[in-house]
Parts: sequence; structure tokens; C-alpha cells
Amino acid sequence: MPLLKIENLSKSFGGLKAVSNLNINIEKGELIGLIGPNGAGKTTLFNILTGVYEKTEGKMTFMDRDVSGLKPYQVTQRGMARTFQNIRLFDDLSVIDNVKVAYHQRTAYSTFSALLRLPSYFSGEEEMQRKAMDLLKIFNLDDKAEETAKNLPYGEQRRLEIARALATDPKLLLLDEPAAGMNPQETHDLMNLIRWIREKFNLTILLIEHDMALVMGVCERIYVLDYGMIIAQGAPDEIKRNPKVIEAYLGEEVV
Amino acid sequence: MRNWFNRKNIVSLLGIVLLYAVVQGLIVFDIMPPFYKLTLILICIYIILSTSLNLINGITGQFSIGHAGFMAVGAYVSAMVTVIMHGPLLLGLFAGAVVSALAGLIVGLPTLRLKGDYLAIATLGFGEIVRIVFLNMDFVGGAAGFTLPSKITWTWAFLLMVVSVILIKNFVGSTHGRACISIRENEIAAESMGINTTKYKVMAFTIGAFFAGLAGGIYANYMYIIQPGTFSFLKSFDILVMVVLGGLGSISGGIVGAIVYTLISALLAGIPEWRLVITAVFLVVMMIFRPTGIMGTKEFGLSFLRKKDDKNAASKN
Amino acid sequence: MDSITTQVFQQLINGLSLGSIYALIALGYTMVYGIVKLINFAHGDVMMVGAYSGWFAITVLHLSFLPALLFSMISCALLGVLIERIAYKPLRNASRIAALITAIGVSLFLEYGGMLVVTAQVRTYPPVFPDTKFIVGGVYFKYGDIVMLITAVVLMALLHFTVQYTKVGKAMRAVSFDKEAALLMGINTNNIISFTFAIGSALAAAAGVLMGVYFNTIDPLMGIIPGLKAFVAAVLGGIGIIPGAMVGGLMLGLVESIVSGLGASTWRDAVAFLILILVLIIKPSGLFGKNVREKV
Repeated sequence: MPLLKIENLSKSFGGLKAVSNLNINIEKGELIGLIGPNGAGKTTLFNILTGVYEKTEGKMTFMDRDVSGLKPYQVTQRGMARTFQNIRLFDDLSVIDNVKVAYHQRTAYSTFSALLRLPSYFSGEEEMQRKAMDLLKIFNLDDKAEETAKNLPYGEQRRLEIARALATDPKLLLLDEPAAGMNPQETHDLMNLIRWIREKFNLTILLIEHDMALVMGVCERIYVLDYGMIIAQGAPDEIKRNPKVIEAYLGEEVV
Repeated sequence: MRNWFNRKNIVSLLGIVLLYAVVQGLIVFDIMPPFYKLTLILICIYIILSTSLNLINGITGQFSIGHAGFMAVGAYVSAMVTVIMHGPLLLGLFAGAVVSALAGLIVGLPTLRLKGDYLAIATLGFGEIVRIVFLNMDFVGGAAGFTLPSKITWTWAFLLMVVSVILIKNFVGSTHGRACISIRENEIAAESMGINTTKYKVMAFTIGAFFAGLAGGIYANYMYIIQPGTFSFLKSFDILVMVVLGGLGSISGGIVGAIVYTLISALLAGIPEWRLVITAVFLVVMMIFRPTGIMGTKEFGLSFLRKKDDKNAASKN
Repeated sequence: MDSITTQVFQQLINGLSLGSIYALIALGYTMVYGIVKLINFAHGDVMMVGAYSGWFAITVLHLSFLPALLFSMISCALLGVLIERIAYKPLRNASRIAALITAIGVSLFLEYGGMLVVTAQVRTYPPVFPDTKFIVGGVYFKYGDIVMLITAVVLMALLHFTVQYTKVGKAMRAVSFDKEAALLMGINTNNIISFTFAIGSALAAAAGVLMGVYFNTIDPLMGIIPGLKAFVAAVLGGIGIIPGAMVGGLMLGLVESIVSGLGASTWRDAVAFLILILVLIIKPSGLFGKNVREKV
């Protein structure tokens, strides 16, 4: 049984079919790319998977359980985490507090001990602080732990978003255009980071990206979406040669 | 327990005890004029109100302007318990706060799905409905109001204020408080990070309502008389203004706002016809030139003491 | 007709008269909200100022109804523009809560500043209409009721025409749709916003004069409750939508007169707010509104 199995998934907004009849299987440990022209329905698929939108038809099975109709926070509790295309950090919170929010669901002590500052409050806070610091070290953000998130440079904000998603302890990580706005050097570092966190955290990753160098460089399998439908899938080399893909990207160079 | 007794907490505690003792001394030796005592007790009541509204508006980012409604519930319920049912004062205050929290739960569950202005208007509507309900309840005096003995002393008002502020501050400073702040910062991201946003919005709203009810109970059991007109949306605005004046999202700001606003009102009490005009101009000018309030989102803290603690801890390691 | 039907019709007439006043105020709320996304809490107080200017025009200047109405509308249009320029314009890019608090400040200023000027004393509105009553099938139509309904309908028709068919109306719609794009298209958004406040305030002034005529008395705090009610009406119809405000106002007027007719007049305001909360919970965009969702 695959980790994530999407069967005949469709979503319409009014009369418009944003995605239709998607069938996607992701095995545990895979690193999958999802590409396609703007408006092809990639982010919509993420939004359906994570419960932000409700599907119109179809079935989504994640870790052997149906995940349709769940609220976003329930999806996250089941082990699916995401980042956003347009960064959505908790701007006025410190870097470390951004991460601590994500630890909340797994490490929370009771409201009662919070109100009365019982011992479990102190041990809980200490545990969160330690875990968050460890995670920030991995992302090389530990010396900026107390800085306000909105004051970080762009590339570090993207990294913090990934760190925050990892703090929810996911099995499947959904990355929505993680390299957007990065320069080639930063993109290169990001590729290494993505590979590394997959090993370190034992992750499965589904990645939306426009940067072909990145997608072709790290992904083992790629799905190509156009007008809400899958027009091709396969290994990077097959995708590069696929005439349908070239047509969908007409005018855009496929690396 | 060692964590309770750090230098910062001990200094704060000493300050609080000292403040209490000085005022209590002035009252016991009859030096304090009654108007000053009234103002001080009102400040305690308004600090509870502004801090609890700050939890909803400033910390969780849910724009509520119906706080007087919860205050009214607490005031009337506590009055019913202490006068009609002859219950003890503390039981009355507690009952008022609990019923108010229940009202918060019932109102919050359906309305907290609303955003921004819409939520503001819905809560304003709720506050007015509460007022009209009490207006139509003849057994609590209707429009004429309900009289009750004044049992609240400075000691009670101050103690309850300190306990309320500490509890709310503890909540805000915990992982649950961070969950609330994350909703204010970015609701969609908060939900995606596993925060049950509905639960935390309703929780903040209910806790806020609880303490507003408590403040209402203190008010009722101090002021000799309560009337539905006291709890109109003008009162809600007063509380909102205190929070914004001090700084939305800053607990200490809310406290400063409550003190400053109550003092201004007291100073202008001699010229009642000008009081609200001056307040109004002050508000508009404040919003134009310093919309973040006196404190912004900063806390007035004893962080210089905490840093010393950290240093000590670091040198021990 | 039997007496129950007569009574029902009588309540309908009362409800429509009251509702047309709510509708006039609601229009101002809805237009201002549509264009600057601000709940102009001072709007009900502008109506109060309108009532007083009308009173002044009739008793001091000895004008008749129509000139007095015009006088009051023009003064309040100026007042509306003034309020926008002084208090709201500096906050156009500030947070919503800052704008809302400013509006509350302006509202308090008009109420209590007004009280300093005209004193808190309740004034009697001079009778401007003959006491004639028409009886159709047992239902009384007061001369005043008819003039009120006609005034309200004519003003709404004028507004509808202005917004739909004139150049400035098109500019208003453009600004409310997208302020920046309108600016890029060469529309002077500042002027359009001022114009919107002027029209909204003039309509509120008309409502104030009609209110004075309808209830006979005016006082400096008279704008608070009708202001809130008109806001309820605007939300009911779908805030930002002009026909919605008209329908919402009339519906609210009818509901209130029905509640009063059932002998529960002390609950009238509570019913209005209950409707508000129910509308917000069930269909926050109002009867005529479309749902919009945040893009993720």
C-alpha cells in the first residue's frame, strides 16, 4: 500500500474544473516532483490534500486512512505538513516561537498547568525550547532564534517555513515552490538541504517547483499537470523527452 | 518549584505587596478621600476588563466589541446570587464569571467563524441583546436598576485583579497562548501547523468572557446599584479604547491603558459636559499619530533582571 | 375589510415609513463601506446633525419642507466631506481597528460636541405637514407618511441613477472594485471618496429631517440606535451593495413594526440585533452578496 494514494480526485470551483481525475501514488521515502504551467492546479491539489479546500469527487488515502473531509489541523496531526507558495510565517513572532507553535500539537501540556504554572509547564516549555533549538541548528537559523520572523532575509524565511513544517513531525512533506525567488546558489543549497532532510527525518516529499534544474536534480519521479489533468509521469529523463510536456511548456525551455 | 522564585517574580511580588500595603494603609488611617478610593477600585475593575479583552482582540486577533455584555452577565448573575439567593460574595463573583464564560462559549462557537468587522458587529449586537434582556427582566429591577450592598473592599478588588492578570499572563505565556497568537498572525498557517484554530479562538473568547464576568461581579458588588444602561456599547467602547490606548497585544499595555483612561475620566469628572468631547478628540488624534498605542506590542517587563538570571545560569553551566 | 386585516395593513404602512428612513441611512453606510471598507460609526450622528439643521432651517430660517430638506442635505454633505478629510483620510492605510476606533471617536465627538452646542434638551420638531389623513379601506395614511415615502423613493432613485449611469457613478464603482487600478485609470480616488461621503451624508441628513417629522422630537443622542439599526439593514442586504441597503432597510422597518404590533415593543431592538447575528452566521455576505474566499 502506498503512503499516499489519490484516486480519481476532482475539484470544481463553480463550473470550472481546477483539477480532474487525478491518480497519484506515492511510496514511502520517495521524492516526487509536481510540475506544470501556471494555473495547472498544483497548489489546488496541495490545498485539497491538506484540507483547505474540499474535494468534489474522488478518494485520498494517506497511511491507510481516508483523509478527505478532515480539517487542515487534523491532516497535520495525521502526519502531512506543508509550506506555502507565498510565505506564511507568523510575522511578529520570533523565529523560535514560529517553530514552537508547530510543536504544540505533539508536546502540549494542559491549559490548567499553563494557568497555574505547574511543573509540567516548565518541563514542557524546556522540552519545546530544546527541540526547537536543535531544529533551528539544522537549518542554520539558531543564531537568529530571537529575531522577529519578518526581519529575516527572504531565503531564510523560506528555510524557516520548512523547519516549521518539520516541527509538526510529518511523514509526508509538501513543499510549494520552495526555490521561488532564490538565486542559483541558494537553489543549489536548497537541493542539498531537501535531500538531506529526507534522509535525516525519514521523509517522503512531494514538491511543486518551477525551477527545472531543481526538480530534475532531486526528484526521482515527476508528475506533470496541465489544465488540472496529469499529462505525463515518470523519471526526469522520460519527462524531458515527453512531447506532451514539451508542448505544455511551449515557449518555455525544458532543461 | 524553583522556577517560580526567580528574581523577576520576587521583585514583582514585592512591588505588588508594597503597592497594596500603601493604599490599604491610607484607607485604614482614613487619609484617602473616598473619590480616590473609588477611582482605585475602578482601575482594578478596568484592568481586569482590558486585560481580558486584550486576550481576545490583541492576542488572538478576534475583533470583539461586546465586552460590556459579558460584564453585564457577570454583574447581574452575581447580584442575583448575593442578594436574591443570599449567597456569599465569593460564590456570587464566581457564579457570575462562570455564567459569563458559558455565554462566551455559546456566542463564540457560531460567531468566531466571522472575520474582522463582521465579528465586531456580531459581538456588538450580542452586547446590546444582553442589555435588552436585563432591561426586560422585572425581578432585577428593569430599567430602574437593581440595588445591592457594597461588599467589595480595596483588598478584594486588588487581590482579584492581581490573580486575574497573573492567570491571563500565564495563559498568554504558554504554548496555548502562542497558539492564540499564531491565529492572529496567520490563521491559515496556524491551522496548517496543527493548531485547532476554532478551539483556541473559542477558548480565548471564553476565558475573556470569564474575567469580564468577574469584573462585572466586582463592579456590581461595589457600586450599590447596577442598571442595564451602564452596560451599553459605550462601555464596550471604553474597554476597547483602554486596550488600544495601551497597545493591542501587550498585557502590560492593556494595564497602562486602563490606568491612564480611568485617570483621565476621573480628572475630567468635574466637567462632565466636556469629558466625552475631550475623550473623542484624544482618540482620533491618538489613532492618527500613534495607532499602536502607548506600548505597541511590547511588554513592560523586568527583563533586565531576567537577563541577569540567564547570565547566572550560563556561568553555572 | 375586517379589523385584523386593517391592522396588518396599518402596521405595514408604519413599517414601510420607518423602513424607508433606515434605508436612507443604510445607503450611506453601505456606500462608504463599499468604497473605503470602513464602518462609519459616525454616520448615525451625521443623521442627527441633519435633523438639527432641518429644525434650524424650519424654525429659525422659516423655510418650508423642501428647501429645509435641501439646506440640511447640503450642510451634512459638507460635514461628511470634512469628517473624511480630517479624521479618516490620514488613516486610509492604517489597520481596520484604528479606523474603526477613529470612527467611534468622531461619533462621540458629534454626540457630545453637539450636546455642548444645542444642549441635551429634547426639541420638538415643528409640524411641516397638514394633519390631513387619507383613509383607504380603513387604513390611515398620514400626509406626512406619504411625503416621507415619496421623498425616500425619489432620493433612492436619484442615487441609483447617479451610480449606474453617470460618469462619477462609474468612477465610484471602479474605486470600490479596485482602488489602485482606478487610480491607474486616471480616476482621482480622493475626490471620489469625498463625493461618496458627501452623498451618503446628504442621504443621512434627509433621513434625519424625516425622522424629526416622523417622531416629532429630536435630541443629540438620537442618531445612535437608528445608526446601528441602519447598519443592521446594510448587513442584511449585503454590505457594499446599494439595492441591498434599500431592501434591508425596508425589511427591518417591517419586522420592527410587526414586533411592535405583536405587543413586544420593548424587545424590538433585540430582535433587530438577533436578525443581524443570524444573518452574519448563516449568510455573512447578506441577502444580495456573493461569498468570497481567501486565496491560499
